[in-house]
Amino acid sequence: MQQVETRSAISAKPKKQIGRSIRLSLRTVNVLLSLLLPVTVLIVWQGAGMLGLLNPTLLPTPAVILQEFIDLTRSGELLAHLRISSWRALLGFLLGGGLGLAAGLWVGFSYKAERLVDPSLQMLRTLPHLAVAPLFILWFGFDETSKVLLIAKGAFFPMYVNTFLGIRSVDNKLFDVAEALQFSRWQLMTKLMLPGALPNLFLGLRLSIGVAWLGLVVAEMMGSSSGIGYLINDARYFSITSVVFVGILVFAAFGKLTDSLVKLLERRMLRWQDSYKGGDL
Amino acid sequence: MSQEWLLVQGVNRVFPAPSGDIVALRNIDLRVSEGQLVTIIGPSGCGKSTLLKIIAGLDTSYEGQVLLNGTPITGPSIEKGVIFQEPRLFPWLTVEKNIAANLPLRRPDVRQRVDELIELVRLKGFEKAYPRELSGGMAQRVAIARALLRNPAVLLLDEPFGALDAFTRAHMQEVLLDIWQQNGTTMLLVTHDLDEAVFLGERVVVMNPRPGQISSIQTIDLPFPRKRTSSSFQEMRRIVLSEFEKVEGPVVDAGAGI
Repeated sequence: MQQVETRSAISAKPKKQIGRSIRLSLRTVNVLLSLLLPVTVLIVWQGAGMLGLLNPTLLPTPAVILQEFIDLTRSGELLAHLRISSWRALLGFLLGGGLGLAAGLWVGFSYKAERLVDPSLQMLRTLPHLAVAPLFILWFGFDETSKVLLIAKGAFFPMYVNTFLGIRSVDNKLFDVAEALQFSRWQLMTKLMLPGALPNLFLGLRLSIGVAWLGLVVAEMMGSSSGIGYLINDARYFSITSVVFVGILVFAAFGKLTDSLVKLLERRMLRWQDSYKGGDL
Repeated sequence: MSQEWLLVQGVNRVFPAPSGDIVALRNIDLRVSEGQLVTIIGPSGCGKSTLLKIIAGLDTSYEGQVLLNGTPITGPSIEKGVIFQEPRLFPWLTVEKNIAANLPLRRPDVRQRVDELIELVRLKGFEKAYPRELSGGMAQRVAIARALLRNPAVLLLDEPFGALDAFTRAHMQEVLLDIWQQNGTTMLLVTHDLDEAVFLGERVVVMNPRPGQISSIQTIDLPFPRKRTSSSFQEMRRIVLSEFEKVEGPVVDAGAGI
């Protein structure tokens, strides 16, 4: 009992203070909070490097990496690689994600399609990128086709699985309503199944984009003469670790950026959702 | 118009079960004329919801005859508006779009009718609200408006206010009476609340279970709006309750015997 009381007393106090004094800057607090961990790591890292505790070839300091980033940006090299990588990722994602959406809708709408197609797709889903990549290169050569297809293969499955799941998780009671209101087949799909599946569609979209980035790295490291993956692989060959770090950071930044964009869209389109937004534990 | 707007004749409904068939409804006869408000009351398991489902066209495995305005009921349709215990709104649509559902709000006649209905169910100012922002009573009023927009020949309400608190329920009953008096829609309301049955019904159908059948139909000859505290209301309530106790009697005995 005592423990519970003290606990609630502690949690009640700061809440009140925040509410009174700096309610408007709650967003700022959140941003600062999310920066706390990475900034601490950076400071410790830089400090350790300057004290000579780290091998500069294996782990260059943040300052060196930043300098490398500035140099690569100035020369235009980074932008050129980034452009080709983004193009591949986009193309692969559109192809794979689009097909995944179509297949998910088809299998979701029809249980006959589910029995026909789903078992085979589930089997293909477990194939790892690295196992398929050599085959793709054999078939389609080292040029763009094999890379885009490898990315598409990755992007397909999250979109497919989540679209399927989304359609199947639409509340059955709403189907009774739709039947009583005499929805047409088209209305059933566009006014009930699609909006009902939307939360899962967004999840699929986010996962699919993430996997597209992952597939891109594999594709570009397998054999390529351009792109961020190539930049990393090439730098590794010559042990220019700072460039490897720049490549990794660019991947991370771009991955996060695209994810945030989708999340923003999601928040706008799923305003109606009444779900748990997290408590202050 | 017709004296027998809704006609239920000799309806039997049997649910097959491995331990012997369960007779949910036996020989149900019911006539409802146009514009009437009839309430059905009975203990759980008396088949009152099954009867409503049959009239709604959601259950077609029955024997007997069910006619709405002279035509047999073969399946669900907008002719039969159904209100369930939960409002069953589309969570991604605002109040006005939920009412319109598959009808385009852009059409001027739909727009106008939706606005009228929002006024009727007292939801002015909440047109753009999402279901998660509504209370239980408000959401149920949206569901009623959605059904009324289709101008149903009969509105079937299956314990529509059962999930609401007592105050909201009393308010909703008044709202429903208001709608009924303004719209003249034929209504059939299933409830297990004696007060609700007597407060709303022009006639109260008392059903008893095992097998589900109608034990009596009471005409409530009191003018609307009824006063729950008036002696005539209390008298009617007592009469229906006595019917109810006749029904409950053997059930309790059977239960005690086990």
